[in-house]
Amino acid sequence: MCPPTGEVDDGPEMDLEESERATADRDVDPGEAIPPYAVTDGSQFGRRRFLRVLGLGTLAVVPVPILPELMRVAGLAEGQPHQGHDMGEPARARDGRIRQWTMIIDLRSCDGCQSVGQPPRCTAACIEGHFAPEPMEWIEVFEAELPGGGTQFIPTPCQQCQNPPCVNVCPVGATFSTPEGTVLIDQERCIGCRICMAACPYDRRFFNWGDAPIPPEALLADYSPEHQVPAKKGTVMKCDFCPDMARTGTLPYCVQGCPNRAIYYGDLEEDVATNGRVVVSASRFLAENDAYRLKEDLGTKPRVYYIPGHGEAVGRDVFTPDRQPTEWPWMEWAEGAVTWQR
Amino acid sequence: MAALSEWHGRLEETALAPVRRTGLRYWALVAFLLAVIGWGAYAYSVQLRDGLVVTGMRDRISWGLYIATFVFFIGISHAGTLISAILRVSQARWRTPVTRMAEFITVVALVCGASFVIIDLGRPDRVLNVFIYGRWQSPIIWDVLAITTYLTASITYLFVPMIPDLALFRDRLAGRTSRWRGWLYRVLAIGWNGSAAQRRSLASAIGVLMILIIPIAVSVHTVVSWIFAMTLRVPWNSALFGAFFVAGAIFSGIAILIIVMAILRRAYHLHEYVTEKHFVNLGFLMAAFAAIMIYANISELLVHGYKLEEGVEFHFRQIFLAEFAPLFWFYLLGGLVAPIVIALLPATRNIRGMVVASVLVTVAMWIERYVIVVTGLHVPLMPYEPASYAPTWVEWSLLAAGLALFALLITVFTKIFPIIAVWEVAEDHEAMVGAPGAARRAARPAALETQDV
Repeated sequence: MCPPTGEVDDGPEMDLEESERATADRDVDPGEAIPPYAVTDGSQFGRRRFLRVLGLGTLAVVPVPILPELMRVAGLAEGQPHQGHDMGEPARARDGRIRQWTMIIDLRSCDGCQSVGQPPRCTAACIEGHFAPEPMEWIEVFEAELPGGGTQFIPTPCQQCQNPPCVNVCPVGATFSTPEGTVLIDQERCIGCRICMAACPYDRRFFNWGDAPIPPEALLADYSPEHQVPAKKGTVMKCDFCPDMARTGTLPYCVQGCPNRAIYYGDLEEDVATNGRVVVSASRFLAENDAYRLKEDLGTKPRVYYIPGHGEAVGRDVFTPDRQPTEWPWMEWAEGAVTWQR
Repeated sequence: MAALSEWHGRLEETALAPVRRTGLRYWALVAFLLAVIGWGAYAYSVQLRDGLVVTGMRDRISWGLYIATFVFFIGISHAGTLISAILRVSQARWRTPVTRMAEFITVVALVCGASFVIIDLGRPDRVLNVFIYGRWQSPIIWDVLAITTYLTASITYLFVPMIPDLALFRDRLAGRTSRWRGWLYRVLAIGWNGSAAQRRSLASAIGVLMILIIPIAVSVHTVVSWIFAMTLRVPWNSALFGAFFVAGAIFSGIAILIIVMAILRRAYHLHEYVTEKHFVNLGFLMAAFAAIMIYANISELLVHGYKLEEGVEFHFRQIFLAEFAPLFWFYLLGGLVAPIVIALLPATRNIRGMVVASVLVTVAMWIERYVIVVTGLHVPLMPYEPASYAPTWVEWSLLAAGLALFALLITVFTKIFPIIAVWEVAEDHEAMVGAPGAARRAARPAALETQDV
């Protein structure tokens, strides 16, 4: 550390002293106080070389912390930490504007799949579509108590924050915001430090603690941060908002899977959203139905909106609790794999 | 003058003794520590093979014992900074015989602490991504920067004041020790001959270093706390965190220093130089920091507890009444109150009492780090049942291996490098006894002549 030591002490003061060394006296009594710039020893291993060795020694180690910057300057690393992810071109509206993906979840129509008597279909469709390892529920249906009693079901995907705490803290830019307003994870860059999991206020990040059960066909998939298949041990995963599917005009698995059509997916830029059956104007739909976002007070600015409700549109009684537990089919398909609890 | 030179001879002998003689007990200790480290290496190989699934950590409590131990080690690394820099700046003379040990602790603890971050990584094979893709926005990068800087600074700060002593070893052990040792001391002494010019450069180098290292040390533990405080977790949401962590770091650093002092004092017969005064003075300092910690805890807990915002009630329940209560109460009473009581009571104000207090503080501060990390993640974020976490045998094994590595590095250091700052102790002694005589100076021209730094 401390280049100043070398630089300061090896500076002009030294030259001044060197010139005074003409009359060097090696036998000056060391016990006596030596005034500044006194006549001193210039031969052998004097002060100058001593300090140079010290200074060079410390300077040699100082660059370690600034290595990334040096590498960037030297062109050894990519210019922008967020670049270099293997991703598709952002989707654009007809007039060229980049689409801003959004999700609107109408809680009035969500009964936690009580009526179909199955584990939540959105979660199941997501798991099957993404080969999501057990026990990951990228879209998880929480059952929350209502203030006046009774419960509501809240399907919770990654909230795709516009001020994402996870992106802020990632040391290597493995999780990043995209031009489409989504947050993705590059599992080929993630170092598994899990600070993003500590930072996410919605508990929407999942870690591959071990070798996840991967069915054989998942191994054939073409990995990209937009399509996190197959899972990679020691890295973080989460809901990716299925931008690769949206670009081809296909709705995300969870939207397709919902039997009550409670989940809308769309583009805020073109102001349109659909649940696969009806198409709505996103802004009008949100405004007229008192939409809110989870933990609005944290300032994370999610892209996922909720219409308040407790399944009343599909006839759910607010005092009927519990849903079926989520299931993962992989253990039967992949031998020798391990699972874990959340 | 005869008495003084005899005193000098004894001091040098004491400093040289660990290097000259190595007993069976030393090798037994080294073998034991290596065995523990070997067991830890096996546990780590299991973790590398199977992944972090072999730990008790899961998605909801995603940090645990490893991160707590990382914070603990970085904390005790503040021993060196406190003793050698802060006390040096404040010209507390009594510190000199223990400075070197404190600086050893700093370097060794940093190495151990940094290794726990690597152990905690899911993909240690990609650790270089930190340098390739590092983003300055991330608190982890702040830590990498601060800790590498601190490591470099503390190695420099260990090395520079040791140069005259290394020269002493070079001169006294010339031809009387193995070839690599002779070479090592010759190289590390970088041609020190004790000339006035060299001594002046040494004094100015130490002067700059001791000022520089204090802000670096403070920054290190501040950014360590910011790994937690920069997240949206209720128990970590505190502007006090940085200062709180720095105070806790110095607090635990003093405790570890007292323990290491007691062990080395007995092992290497340093009774003449490391006296009860050192233990009691450090014990008072530790009690003072305990008081600061109590103040910080009250400030932190009252500000949050009075308002009891969402999540705080759960947090208070878990640390005061529920699953973390035994740990937290031990930390409060055994770790913060007990050291003050021990330092205040005349009956316990002795070496034994201070060592007991230090062991309590060390254990309590590890527990505090553990409680901070785990309870912070334990507060549910969404409507789910609180998760649970218990370290597995792999984590305990790696903790044991980390402590063994710490002990081993200190042990090996004491066998290679002077454990006492000979020239500084001599200088203080001379200042105390009176002006040194010319005859003695003529007889010993090389290493120990020093002016007041």
